[in-house]
Amino acid sequence: MNDAFDLRIGESHIEVHKFLGGTILLSVIIAVIAQSFLPVYISKAGILDLPLLITIYFGLSRRNPSTGLLLGTFIGLLQDSLSKTPLGLFGIAKTIIGYLASSIGARLDTEHPLARFALTGAFFVVHQAIVVLVQKVLLAQTQPLFTMKLLVATIVNSVLAVFLYFLLDRLRKS
Amino acid sequence: MPALPSRHRSLFLLAGVVLLQVLLLAVQIKTVESADGSRSRLIRVWSVSAVSPFERSGAWGIGRIRDAWRHYFALSDTARENESLRRENGQLKLDVMQLQGKSAEADRLAALLNFKQKQAKVPMVVARVIGSNADANSAVIFLDQGQREGIKKNMGVITPEGVVGKVIESYRDTSQVLLLTDRDSGVGAMIANSRVQSPVGGMGEPWLNMKYVGNDDEVKVGDRVVTSGMDRIFPKDLPVGVVSEVKPGNSFKQIRVRPSASLEKLEEVIVLLTTDPLSLKQDTPAVPVAGNAAAPASASRPSTQPIFGLTNPKPAEKHP
Repeated sequence: MNDAFDLRIGESHIEVHKFLGGTILLSVIIAVIAQSFLPVYISKAGILDLPLLITIYFGLSRRNPSTGLLLGTFIGLLQDSLSKTPLGLFGIAKTIIGYLASSIGARLDTEHPLARFALTGAFFVVHQAIVVLVQKVLLAQTQPLFTMKLLVATIVNSVLAVFLYFLLDRLRKS
Repeated sequence: MPALPSRHRSLFLLAGVVLLQVLLLAVQIKTVESADGSRSRLIRVWSVSAVSPFERSGAWGIGRIRDAWRHYFALSDTARENESLRRENGQLKLDVMQLQGKSAEADRLAALLNFKQKQAKVPMVVARVIGSNADANSAVIFLDQGQREGIKKNMGVITPEGVVGKVIESYRDTSQVLLLTDRDSGVGAMIANSRVQSPVGGMGEPWLNMKYVGNDDEVKVGDRVVTSGMDRIFPKDLPVGVVSEVKPGNSFKQIRVRPSASLEKLEEVIVLLTTDPLSLKQDTPAVPVAGNAAAPASASRPSTQPIFGLTNPKPAEKHP
């Protein structure tokens, strides 16, 4: 599973990255735990969404929609289980994000920092939109779709994603 | 089965995973369902919402089929049921009529019993009418009591409403009674108020005729006619009838009297088991019918004056 191979779509040639053993699982666990504990000590860390960044990154890197959406499902449900939200709220959002990231990663070169910044920002907004939609439709909870806090969080997470993805790139198998 | 392209497989997988999580959410979520605040799980609401249209459609379809069956194809059962209900209705009507008859009979018997109890000192027997005249020219009835009960010829027959007639034949267990309306019948009578006396006889019709009242005597329509006791058959002051028509005649008035007793529908009567003179004492004074002069001849049957008390005859009342 961790062996690298090439994915051919049309005439393009996009490399599918593999990671060291346990990298994905360990990254997910660390991200979820950090997401839970960081806001306790750093209140501003509440705007971070590390599980989402992990989902996006591995989705973009693995470039397999099925794997990406299942990973998003796993991460989302894990995040739900550690929060007070009903199981499935973040699960649905991250499932879709995992699928979209994998699909886009299979078509675009997502190795450039600017591309990563832009994609992460876009996915962050989409993720928030999905969460708001699910909350409104299923939980009858009205949340604003766009706020300044969302904009700041989008930028912060996107910036963070650039550095985080750089670190994670070190764990790839060459 | 052809394999789905990888892209489509992932799409199906995405849809399935999202759907599963939506269901997972629905299982967990409770939503306010009714005005009273009761809450139902969203999955239950969804399930009901998803299933109920089919149930409603099914129920509608089945209802239409059932209605069609009932209204068009099961008419034979309806006809049988209708026939059965008609028979049952007829039987019930018959039962009601029988009960009404028994109720009326009970009332009549109660009146007779009451009368008999009040006249405890007067020997009498209650008899049931078992037959009537065999020809149209006579007015007779047959009673189910006869000589064994002490009934003899010329005994008076009455009802609580008034005079009926007299016994003309007595057999062992049967007796024959000549009604007042017969042409050959007659009873000593008088006008209750004026005390004008005259025999009253039948004319072969429902009315009686008061024969010998002079043109100078005052008689008005509505005057009560009672027995005078002169015939030595009936005690004095028994109701005979009510004057319904008065006309002047050559020597005597032509007076028609409506019988007090319902002679055309007798069912039980009282036979006075004595031919000794008796006198009647009424508990209430004899009151003329209001508006006597104006009362039409076709007025309804006069209100009966019950016979309240038969007393021993006074020594002075000796009948010829």
